[in-house]
Amino acid sequence: MHEDQAGRGPAGAPRDPEGGPPGWVRELLAAAPPGVQRLEPCHGIESLRVEPDALLPVATLVKAAGFTMCLDVGGVDYLPRAPRFEVVYHFLALSGDASPERPRRLQLRVPVAEERLEVPSIAAIWPSADWAEREVYDLFGIRFSGHPNLRRILMPDDWEGHPLRKDYPLRGPRALEEQDVPLGERFDFLAARVAQRLPHSQRGGLGREPDRTGPGA
Amino acid sequence: MEVTNDQFLVTRIDRFARWAQKSSVWPLTFGLACCAIEMMNLVSPRYDSSRFGAEVFRASPRQADLLIVSGRLSNKMVPVIKQVYAQMPEPKWVVAMGACASTGGIFDNYAIVQGVDRVIPVDVYVPGCPPTPDAVLHAVLRLQKEIASGHARAGVVARDA
Repeated sequence: MHEDQAGRGPAGAPRDPEGGPPGWVRELLAAAPPGVQRLEPCHGIESLRVEPDALLPVATLVKAAGFTMCLDVGGVDYLPRAPRFEVVYHFLALSGDASPERPRRLQLRVPVAEERLEVPSIAAIWPSADWAEREVYDLFGIRFSGHPNLRRILMPDDWEGHPLRKDYPLRGPRALEEQDVPLGERFDFLAARVAQRLPHSQRGGLGREPDRTGPGA
Repeated sequence: MEVTNDQFLVTRIDRFARWAQKSSVWPLTFGLACCAIEMMNLVSPRYDSSRFGAEVFRASPRQADLLIVSGRLSNKMVPVIKQVYAQMPEPKWVVAMGACASTGGIFDNYAIVQGVDRVIPVDVYVPGCPPTPDAVLHAVLRLQKEIASGHARAGVVARDA
């Protein structure tokens, strides 16, 4: 986002003059299995696209590279794009060549296809990912294989459906019960969004530039 | 002296009982969300609900008279509030504080119950997001007036036409 006088980027490392990836990213990429690709930094945070099968080896490498904190695991639904979902991980390094004043950050994006809603769990490596992965399972329906306790965490235990998916009605089951509006007059929100061709659904989601189009654009 | 069903005596005792009830309405701590912060203001020295009889906020429903639902009630919380309400001994009253407790507020979605009165009977509704502590105080005082007049009875405000 913003640089300070020393010309350091927000990730803390001195900027490479050609604007290429910092050293630790290059090391990570060199040691990583196939299926890992560097994306444009997202809001100044280094970002890697990782296939689900490559996630566990990459996670081990990331932990070894000094990223002791898994800040969050989140899900994104890019309906109607394929692959439909993405699981996004954020990591933070506070030691090594980083410090609490200048932490190093890393983002991993794992594409998940609707046909195969499964991602390896990293809860064994970072315990803080345990509940975060449960949240992604609860709200998107993406299963985490090897998770010690994969069950709903926010919604009631017997809830049906995954609320944060784009095709889940905002008002939930009530929306279906209280449908007294004739079919022709109901507003189809999803169809309207797709027809509007919003930027993310057109560009394909991964590796996009920082979003320069604001609400007024 | 034979104690008969003397109209005068019974009504006097009833009035006394109702006066005692309204002057010592002890609320239950049931802060669910943001409205709880305004409820905290209500018990803090500036607005001070204890000068009106709400001396302590009891944490146990067994010891409380008034359930002030302050905040959003989620679907997951419904069995809890039903159990807590059932555990309160009679006579008991309910104040739905704020927009979310009254009607679901701005949250017309899959997670939030559209008004606490879908689950438990409510005596007084307080609009606001959040209501100012004055507004909640006004609701408590109004409830006290209803209790004294005999209209609010065990969770049901019965209004004569």
